[in-house]
Amino acid sequence: MSITTPLFQHHKHCDEIFADAEEACGAGDWAVGAEAFEAFRGQLETHFASEEELLFPAFEAATGMTSGPTEVMRGEHRQMRDLLAQMQAAVAARDSDAFGGAAETLLILMQQHNMKEENILYPMCDNALGSSDVGASLVERLK
Amino acid sequence: MHPNLSFDQAPPISVPYRFFLVAPWFGVMAGILLAWSGADALASRWTPEALALTHLIALGFMLQAMAGAVFQFIPVAVGGNVWRPRLVANAVQPLLVLGTLFLVAGFLSSRFGLLSAAVPLFLLAVGGFVVAVALALWRTPATGMTLWAMRMAFGGLAVTVLLGTLLAESLARGLAVPMIELTNIHLAWGLGGWALMLLAGVSYHVVPMFQLTRPYPAWFTRGFGPLLLLLLLAWSGQYVLGDSRWPVATGALLLAVCFAYGAMTLWLQYTRRRKIHDATSLYFRVAMLSLAAFAVSGAAYFLIPAIGTDPRTVVWLGVLAIVGVFVSAITGMMYKITPFLNWLHLQRLGAPMSAVPNMKKMLDADAMTGQLRLHVLALLLLLAAVWLPGLARLAGVAFAGSSAWLGWNLICTVRRYRTFRDQIRAVALHP
Repeated sequence: MSITTPLFQHHKHCDEIFADAEEACGAGDWAVGAEAFEAFRGQLETHFASEEELLFPAFEAATGMTSGPTEVMRGEHRQMRDLLAQMQAAVAARDSDAFGGAAETLLILMQQHNMKEENILYPMCDNALGSSDVGASLVERLK
Repeated sequence: MHPNLSFDQAPPISVPYRFFLVAPWFGVMAGILLAWSGADALASRWTPEALALTHLIALGFMLQAMAGAVFQFIPVAVGGNVWRPRLVANAVQPLLVLGTLFLVAGFLSSRFGLLSAAVPLFLLAVGGFVVAVALALWRTPATGMTLWAMRMAFGGLAVTVLLGTLLAESLARGLAVPMIELTNIHLAWGLGGWALMLLAGVSYHVVPMFQLTRPYPAWFTRGFGPLLLLLLLAWSGQYVLGDSRWPVATGALLLAVCFAYGAMTLWLQYTRRRKIHDATSLYFRVAMLSLAAFAVSGAAYFLIPAIGTDPRTVVWLGVLAIVGVFVSAITGMMYKITPFLNWLHLQRLGAPMSAVPNMKKMLDADAMTGQLRLHVLALLLLLAAVWLPGLARLAGVAFAGSSAWLGWNLICTVRRYRTFRDQIRAVALHP
């Protein structure tokens, strides 16, 4: 198992709970939808924090690249947090259309973000951080 | 350290959009041509009208749209950086448009000098495009089967154009070459080695991404592309070997590989987590069902002599592949890509995020599903018109209509981008 395997697996987990939230809120089942959305938001925040507090600083320290790919990823995390806020407002207002529009946008943004991480950044991290203990800390956080 | 790592180098929005905006209107031209020509156009694949229709859609619609999508896809999916995308697009697109029109005019008028005139245009357009993309694909630090499929697809595109050049020059100069075999090899590389290889490579990413399916199994992605390439090479040996059993054997295996990709994608869709259907997922389903129908009909073509000898069978296969598989899959992709690109570029203008309308405000869902229904009707009419020539004009009108509707939907998307952009800029200037 490589250092970033837990993050890779956690992407799939977030996809699954996203689909639950989208389906329930789209159908107007707000009791289930609100709970599913909160579960999704919590997991996504945990994921962002694991990267921003652990993986990215370790990668930047090991490679000296502070304004490269990690900076772009942090920017996309900000965009996704904004969309999560729009989705949360839609849940509060029980507005299926607004939720669906923000959810669709978040989904595509999230997927192309994951694609860049999984194909490019994570392999670079695995190379740069092969002998560090970052992997164990990630496993602990994403349990 | 990683000089070519281009995480954030999405090309200017005008680069993919110029290709997307032009492509549907070649579909409109094809529909009008069929409506104009009527019953005889689809009698065999060798009629001037059938050759013109094939190239209007394969080059005018498919290659245009695929070129635009590749410019957008390479930085995101494989971290590559196409050298000066705006400049390359500025050079490639006009040559491609002009070359396609020359080629089509040459077929329709039987003035083969026009085919000869199209050759340098295609060599420049596709040659320049292949070189620019190949540099990006070979210098990226990324790995994976999508990257390899894209590399193989661009090899397939180069082979297709070189064979097309040979065919055009042979017609123009009256050279004695085995036309039928060379045409078979040319179309196998164009539809299989280029279009299907690219579609498969892109699907490894976008099917799980847009539709939240499980990923394609690793054994499948590792096997599909290389096997397709090997079988195309074997298929290309048909002229050299001169044994009539060879094309049947390699053709049947090629069809099996096509079927496997279609069936695998349908199965992933069927077992997916996300239950919400949209125009993109439905379009992909139409494309994959068409691919499965293509493979089954192709098997009948090889195995049942009465079907194999009817010249209309190949036209049926062509409609399934070109309109059923590729026009459907490409349209579905454009419906997902363009609203997202609008959003992506608008939020880069620096406005607060909440000021940027979400994807669903960029293109109406009803406009997409309405166009999808007309496209499916046009596809069914085209398939019926192969056997009932009286329907050819109606099928042409339907296809022109569905292509025009697609063109209009894309124009609306771009207009919304402009409107929202101007609103955001006005707020930034006068907060």
